[in-house]
Amino acid sequence: MAKVLKVADRRRCIGCLSCRQACARLRGEFSIANSAIEVKTSGGYTGEFVINICRGCEEPACMEACKFGALTKRNGGGVIFHKDKCTKCGACGVACAVNAIRFDEEGYPIICTHCGYCTKYCPHRCITTKEVL
Amino acid sequence: MLARDYINVLYIDLDKQEYRYEQRKDLVKYLGGTGLAAKLLDENIKPELDPLDPAQPMIYAIGPLSFVMPVCTKAVATFYSPHTKEYGESHAGGRFAMAMRFAGIDAMVITGKSAHPQYLLIDDGVQFRDARAMWGLSVEETGKILRQTTHGSGVRSSIRIGRSGENLVTYAGVNVDTYRHFGRLGLGAVMGSKNLKAIVVIGNNTVDIPQELKVKYRKVYDKIYDRVLNTDLMKKYHELGTPVNVIPLNEMHSLPSFNLQKNKIDFAEDISGEKFAEDNLVRKVACAGCPIGCIHIGQVRREFDAGYEYETINVSYDHELIFALGTFLGIRSTDEILELIDVVESEGLDAISTGVVLGWATEAYKRGYVSLEETLVPFEFGIVQNYIAAVKYISTRKNKFYEDLGKGVVHASKIYGGADFACHLGGNEMAGYHTGYGNVVGFAVGSRHSHLDNGGYSIDQSKPKEEDIVKKVYDEELERNILTSLVICLFARKVYTRDIVLEALDAVGISMTNEELTKFAKDVQRLKYQIKAKLGYSLDSIKIPERFFQTKTLNGVLSSEKAHEMVKEYKKLIDELMNEQ
Repeated sequence: MAKVLKVADRRRCIGCLSCRQACARLRGEFSIANSAIEVKTSGGYTGEFVINICRGCEEPACMEACKFGALTKRNGGGVIFHKDKCTKCGACGVACAVNAIRFDEEGYPIICTHCGYCTKYCPHRCITTKEVL
Repeated sequence: MLARDYINVLYIDLDKQEYRYEQRKDLVKYLGGTGLAAKLLDENIKPELDPLDPAQPMIYAIGPLSFVMPVCTKAVATFYSPHTKEYGESHAGGRFAMAMRFAGIDAMVITGKSAHPQYLLIDDGVQFRDARAMWGLSVEETGKILRQTTHGSGVRSSIRIGRSGENLVTYAGVNVDTYRHFGRLGLGAVMGSKNLKAIVVIGNNTVDIPQELKVKYRKVYDKIYDRVLNTDLMKKYHELGTPVNVIPLNEMHSLPSFNLQKNKIDFAEDISGEKFAEDNLVRKVACAGCPIGCIHIGQVRREFDAGYEYETINVSYDHELIFALGTFLGIRSTDEILELIDVVESEGLDAISTGVVLGWATEAYKRGYVSLEETLVPFEFGIVQNYIAAVKYISTRKNKFYEDLGKGVVHASKIYGGADFACHLGGNEMAGYHTGYGNVVGFAVGSRHSHLDNGGYSIDQSKPKEEDIVKKVYDEELERNILTSLVICLFARKVYTRDIVLEALDAVGISMTNEELTKFAKDVQRLKYQIKAKLGYSLDSIKIPERFFQTKTLNGVLSSEKAHEMVKEYKKLIDELMNEQ
């Protein structure tokens, strides 16, 4: 069975960014700039937080938009990134309807692998992984 | 200095509208935070000039653990305090430390004065942007505009001043990301004196974890994260937050109330942490890099017009605010306290000093030291409307009286009398504890005159032997020099024992021994006192007002003579320290 990352309860988020840090650590970075998960305020701290993650589409628009085969379907939802095929055209980011794909300094898309490591660091269980067939 | 062998200092000159980065290896030994900011202040301060002279520097620094270890969330500012006219140091959480970290800046030195109001946008370089249209706007309004006019949502931090800072009120603070502050000692006035409304920092750089540290770093991070979240060490801050103190302090006869005429109130349950949590708490938020989320947001719904027209106030509250804008002024309901906090926030004032100043003003008015012609409102403990008006008068320097109030209780009581009930210690308005000698003496001698310099209030609660208090206060400040240099939130002081600190440093590639840390703490203390000496400060100048000896504490009625003896004893320890080098 495969797992996909889900936002379980966005409203509980306190904006600690521990999830973004976790993703960064896995990528070998201190900085959260290239985390695949993005948490930010909407309207500042007086507003609520938004959590932008790959939603694990069964029919990934990002994959359809990629003309170079750099994104292939992931079992359970979402996509697998093949860096060697990526031309850094940015079409995947444009195609993503939920704004989940950002780009690193070199211009490569940052693609969530749905590993679930970030969920271990959420103090309020805002994000979780779900088993899918 | 994270993952590199130098301290990156960003120098910004507002006169010339220029900036430069300097990679300084010589500063590595100052680590960061207090140590680094004190060193840069020492290099750049102009003792011969007024604290608000444009040539004075404003320093911001983070530390080697900032954001990369749990709860290392704070940034440290140092400056020549316009409030106490000596060494100024203030700390703030929020996202500022994170943004500085990933903008690649370990410290900033800002000097000069813009020709007209400006704000700074700091990303890969510095943009000097027009802020004339923002001058006069509230802290909140300014924040909302900056969010629309700058990029970097999610990795951005904005710090800004309100009208009080623009108008050079000596206890104007600097708001950080809406709910945190460089509150104390008047950094807001320093910023105002530079025509600087705000600074926005965008932290979007990539910083790789060095290959050799990858495994170790994750291991140590996880260990500390577990101590933070899965032990009781920080439970207090997570649940009710610091307002959990209100009831116990009241029971201990240690809750300063009615301008410290009283140490206990009969309405503590109406404004306790529990009451706030039940009636007003709507959510908690966190500083970037801390899973605790101690920022408690209280909400009040206010009908502004007939016909069910409501507005909603959302402000953060803590013990110190409940004390300063609550018990100290005799305010009896959580809603009213939050309303008063709201106006203090909008104007960008330090909440503690504002409350204590208003407490003094109330007693001075009641005793006839000042007239209604001067105060404009008939101050009465418990009547919040007067205080709401007065806060705005302070911030806008409404008349001569409010201009004087805007310089703190020492200044105001010199002019109008009432020095014996002006509740300051070392020139800075008192915090929310009246526990004993530890608090009174510790606060007075603390190098930034903060209850957090050495936690004297906490020492008192452990019921120490009187003869041990001074040494405990002294040792505690040394220890905290380490925490505030790294810069670890002091709420996590029990998490970061010496062992953990050393492990955390090692995990980011800084190898130090316990002895080196001990020496470092002393070096920082000496540095602070060197700056103080340059500014003409001496511990001999400390004169603790009579009120502290009239109102009983947890440890009984204090003796003025004994307290001043303790100050002398402390001075002796500092003298010995200075001679050690």
